[in-house]
Amino acid sequence: MKIPAKEEYTPTQNACKLCSPLGASFVFKGVANSVPLLHGSQGCSTYIRRYLISHFNEPIDIASSNFTEETAIFGGGANLQLAIQNIIKQYEPEIIGIASTCLSETIGDDVGMMLRDYKKNCTKEKQPEIVSVSTPSYSGTHIDGFHAAVRSLVDSLSVKGNKKAKHINIFPGMLSPADFRYLKEIFDDFKTDYVILPDYSDTFDGPLWTEYQKIPEGGTTIGSITSMGNAPASIEFGRILGEEESAGKLLKKRFEIPCFSMGIPMGINETDIFFDALEIITGKATPEKHIKERNRLIDSYADGHKYVFEARAAIYGEEDLIVGLASFLSEVGILPVLCASGGKSGHFEKKLGEVIPDLKNKEITILDGADFMEIGEAVKTANPDFLMGNSKGYKIAQEIKKPLIRIGFPIHDRLGGARIIHVGYRGAQQLFDTISNTIIASKQDASPVGYTYM
Amino acid sequence: MKSIGILKERERQIYQKGKEAFDMTCEKKSLAGSISQRACVFCGSRVVLYPIADALHLIHGPIGCASYTWDIRGALSSGPQLHRMSFSTDLQENNIIFGGEKKLYQALIKLIDLYNPNAAFVYATCIIGIIGDDIDSVCRRVSKEKGIPVLPVHSEGFKGTKKDGYKAACEALAQLVGTGSIKSRSKYSLNIMGEFNIAGEAWTIKKYYEKMGLEVSAIFTGDGRVDKIKRSHGAKLNIVQCSGSMLHLAKIMEKKYGIPYIRVSYFGIEDMSKALYDVADFFKDNLEIMKKTRKLVKEEIEVIFPGIKKYKKILSGKRAAIYVGGAFKAFSMIKALRTLGMEVVLAGSQTGNEDDYKLLRDMCEDGTVIVDDANPLELSKYCLEKKVDLFVGGVKERPMAYKLGIGFCDHNHERKISLAGYNGMINFAKEVYSSVTSPVWQFAPKRKGRKGGKGGYKI
Repeated sequence: MKIPAKEEYTPTQNACKLCSPLGASFVFKGVANSVPLLHGSQGCSTYIRRYLISHFNEPIDIASSNFTEETAIFGGGANLQLAIQNIIKQYEPEIIGIASTCLSETIGDDVGMMLRDYKKNCTKEKQPEIVSVSTPSYSGTHIDGFHAAVRSLVDSLSVKGNKKAKHINIFPGMLSPADFRYLKEIFDDFKTDYVILPDYSDTFDGPLWTEYQKIPEGGTTIGSITSMGNAPASIEFGRILGEEESAGKLLKKRFEIPCFSMGIPMGINETDIFFDALEIITGKATPEKHIKERNRLIDSYADGHKYVFEARAAIYGEEDLIVGLASFLSEVGILPVLCASGGKSGHFEKKLGEVIPDLKNKEITILDGADFMEIGEAVKTANPDFLMGNSKGYKIAQEIKKPLIRIGFPIHDRLGGARIIHVGYRGAQQLFDTISNTIIASKQDASPVGYTYM
Repeated sequence: MKSIGILKERERQIYQKGKEAFDMTCEKKSLAGSISQRACVFCGSRVVLYPIADALHLIHGPIGCASYTWDIRGALSSGPQLHRMSFSTDLQENNIIFGGEKKLYQALIKLIDLYNPNAAFVYATCIIGIIGDDIDSVCRRVSKEKGIPVLPVHSEGFKGTKKDGYKAACEALAQLVGTGSIKSRSKYSLNIMGEFNIAGEAWTIKKYYEKMGLEVSAIFTGDGRVDKIKRSHGAKLNIVQCSGSMLHLAKIMEKKYGIPYIRVSYFGIEDMSKALYDVADFFKDNLEIMKKTRKLVKEEIEVIFPGIKKYKKILSGKRAAIYVGGAFKAFSMIKALRTLGMEVVLAGSQTGNEDDYKLLRDMCEDGTVIVDDANPLELSKYCLEKKVDLFVGGVKERPMAYKLGIGFCDHNHERKISLAGYNGMINFAKEVYSSVTSPVWQFAPKRKGRKGGKGGYKI
């Protein structure tokens, strides 16, 4: 059941989305030796830094071209140049990733042209790569900024070489550092080369330092991105992304690289599709280790199925994350009674229909373009046993006295957001145990008997 | 280690005491490409007005600015919680083309009907002036229709620095001040300004002044209420904490209503006591007030003294770095850390002025580095060079400190622990103690060698 669009205009109350430059910053932090630069006011980069730091607990440096009143009148070209020069002086990056903001877009700054001017006037021989992406915050959400930045990197850097490379391109989308590490492990286990873009598994979840690192180690190298134009195949995650212009589709169009587009592999059904694609592309069977991991997962499904059966979940977050999560919940017998997102691609309901069997006949509320006020109202009607999503839904959970299982981004009120695994058999295992135990604990805590067996 | 260089344009914003003649520049726009820890004009306005709990705070612009400031401060309210909501006109592409005035009008009407606030603040974000929205006229219209003050806050992000945002917030507040009745105001009344009730700090301070026999008319803006602000011009004295944020309003009120102001700080035993004595001294026609103040200070210090002594013994000789928003807080921090036997070797602020930095220089020991509008690289460089044990700052500085194996104390507006007043000093000492002496730092790579592990087993 989809709630019809509101007739009367209501302003956004407690948004369930962030602005697109934030998504682009994620991506540029996942490229090796890169510094993100937001072309706009100082506040954009500082707010986004603070938002990311509160989730990852890592130093996250994002530069700003720092508009002044004069800049807003005469254009941001001079500030952009100065910012680039100062970043080069202080950080010595190999690449600067520039994302525009609502301000620079509204005054009509053409960053591409500014960069061409800059490069033309540049006398120094060694210059970093500079890639720019258009991310006006008045259109789309952070996830659109994320995918647009990935696409820009590929668009600007990837070329077709003479010899076909062997690596697989993988565009996982906005997952956690632990997800990225796990995906890389899977490719390693398949004994297959890969280029994963972006890769913030180290830059957003690194060790303590002996010396200050201007740019934390890790990230996809420029060379790797260049070679993406030469790969035999690409994989991209996100059923919604599958409907949109993506980096994978750009490579397909430009270099005829087949793009295996699939949902975020959450739960067994969606993960099987991913492993199936890996088998087809590599011509190798899934390594024993992962088959065993899958088998143990099914075993745990059997052990826990009764506790979770027809449990009611209210889930919210980015559209693709929610489609993946809904698929996983449905396959273990949990009813995602409310599927909500701040995003509004127009494909949300259809894609949910692909992963939730018999969606039309189920009592499931679907909300897109929703804020937390609407989600809160819908949660009260849906009467879930638990909520699942980022930490911003906590107040709703507190109000209805139901547990919130934190996944995705941001998680600002707990440690370890970077270490949650959402994808693959391993991610499903962690989520399944967490959900089952949350339900069991709720019953145990509410019981005056307090059994020490389940 | 790759050396960390200082950008040429920033060299004069850094000063090391003792080495050279004092020639610091400050109050500049942040340098493009230098990763400033500052936010923008909007941020300045938003933090100042945020704690007014019975007002509607509507952010006019695309969604980001509202998302990033949702429930961002630890500013408590004893009643309404409206300030903890995030309202946005969430402008879309067609609003950018055709203007956002209509949407703003509808949003205000809808939200005022829904929440029944006592006033509304409309924050202009970067693009509002550029797309030509006349928010002043929309605010006037809605104010007329709804019968509550609807105040535009001109906080376009790029139009200056965070300080200009403070000023814009003060201008908006100034429109409220003086619009309420001041009958039955005591001869001994005051306004507490620049105190935001983080973790209930304003309540602590208010209680002190009440114990001294004074009446607190309004708090700007901690646990703030529109009605109290409207009637605040009846107070006899404004006490202003936090150098940058509220001084502008205090000056307006001095000019318009003849209310004098004094500047205070509530952090550390020394400054806290001074804040009480200075006020008692102002009301010196009533000797009872000074008598009560002496008693209060004596009692409070007696309670915390043993604890302070204990922590001082442990923390003596440790080295600290301070990087805060307003420089005034840095002065108090230096004194408070000295109370704990600690030495400040790096001190800086986002928004200090020349006088602030001169005072900092005078307070600090030789060799102390003073920075204005620093970036993470500069802060790290001096933390390492000065072998710092503790960093006092905000969330953005926290991971930097931890990465380098340095203890950290959050002294910014997101914290949940009260650090003001006498009890706050004990909390501060505990905070410092729990980070600086934590055993986890034994594993920090900068402390070379492994203690556990090798050869620790029996065969």
